[in-house]
Amino acid sequence: MSTSIAQLVRTHPFTAGLDDQYVALIEGCSHNVAFAPGDLLCREGESADTFYLLRRGFVSIDVHAPGRAPIVIETVGPGSVVGWSWLVAPYRWTFDVRAKVPVGAVAVDGACLRQKVLDDPALGYALLSRVTAELLARLQATRMRLLDLYGGPGEH
Amino acid sequence: MSTDAARAAGAVTASPTVRPMTPTAHRVVAKRRETNDVVTLCLEPVDGPRMDFLPGQFNMLSALGVGEVAISLSGAPSESGPLRHSVRDVGAVSRALCQRELGDLVGVRGPFGTDWRVTSRGDDERDTVVVAGGIGLAPLRGAVGELVAARAEGGGRVFVLVGARDPSQIVLGEDLAAWARDGATVLVSVDRPSSQWHGHVGLVTTLLADAGFDPVNTRALLCGPEIMMRFTARALVDLGVDAEQILVSLERNMQCGLGWCGHCQLGSLLLCRDGPVVPYAGIVDGLMNERER
Repeated sequence: MSTSIAQLVRTHPFTAGLDDQYVALIEGCSHNVAFAPGDLLCREGESADTFYLLRRGFVSIDVHAPGRAPIVIETVGPGSVVGWSWLVAPYRWTFDVRAKVPVGAVAVDGACLRQKVLDDPALGYALLSRVTAELLARLQATRMRLLDLYGGPGEH
Repeated sequence: MSTDAARAAGAVTASPTVRPMTPTAHRVVAKRRETNDVVTLCLEPVDGPRMDFLPGQFNMLSALGVGEVAISLSGAPSESGPLRHSVRDVGAVSRALCQRELGDLVGVRGPFGTDWRVTSRGDDERDTVVVAGGIGLAPLRGAVGELVAARAEGGGRVFVLVGARDPSQIVLGEDLAAWARDGATVLVSVDRPSSQWHGHVGLVTTLLADAGFDPVNTRALLCGPEIMMRFTARALVDLGVDAEQILVSLERNMQCGLGWCGHCQLGSLLLCRDGPVVPYAGIVDGLMNERER
């Protein structure tokens, strides 16, 4: 028996603690998606109208460069949210996001949610709080990596 | 000798020999290059039997005529054969050790300090999360070997999470593969991937949430850069792991190995005697967050 989109949304950490009415709104803007290894979830420069709640597998956040393979900035796994650009104008992806293995996710229509946020600022706050928590965790991890902790003592 | 037998024999204490300040001559019987700046030396005593030790303890290794430096034992007590030490070339003494070739002599004093408190018996059903950064995997190698053996006897699950700067800096690759074959969950993440790298990219703490251990029934063993251990310990506590169940391996300027000289003092601890393996909760939690003045 397949799992309903409602179950997928409600069991994802992103919606933990969110009011039922808001979860229902997200469900209404969501659909289930699957990606094969190498598929792009987001493409740099394109319109950012969707974000993804990762359920299984992991994706890489890449930047492409001429004459070489894409440069992987980080990988992100189940329970995470991929794609924040739908929240902030000009709503355009900054990086590529690529499935590294078979990936299951809930795709949420950000354009649809943006309209609902305009109608209900409390929903906007609830969504921003969750996205900000994810942003903060990623920013902190990035800062730690900037320290190049594994380098030798003479290299700092 | 097993871990338990070694513990019973007192290998954990800080008075390992009759003349603990006198190095014992050992000969390099095998040498393996792990990375561009890390070498594993296998040492056998010139005379007498191999010392007993516990996973997590360290020896003072001397390059004759150059100096002496503390290096963790990276073997497992239950492994027969020579002592193993993985040495990173970061200074005059460690460079001289890395340059030792087969047949060369190395001075050895030890074993010193505390251990990871693991056993190869299968009577501990807790999950164990081992988090290592860079060469920090070497001091954990013996403990992981014991834990994987314990798992085969009905012990708890073993999760080995490794962070490295880039794929070429991953040490003990053959051991990681062997532990995975033997049932451990092994996850590796690098900061700077090569184009051939298809694994995880990011801070080692990002591996914790999806590793699959049960936080309320987990102990953790951490070894690596101190900042990494501090953030990893906090992340584990945030996930629900009891801070009392977290052990970290700390190092300072170990010199005598016996708590006599005080060079390795950290607060109330003399890490050559009271460490290197210490509980995170209590004194160490505060000391790891103490700022330099």
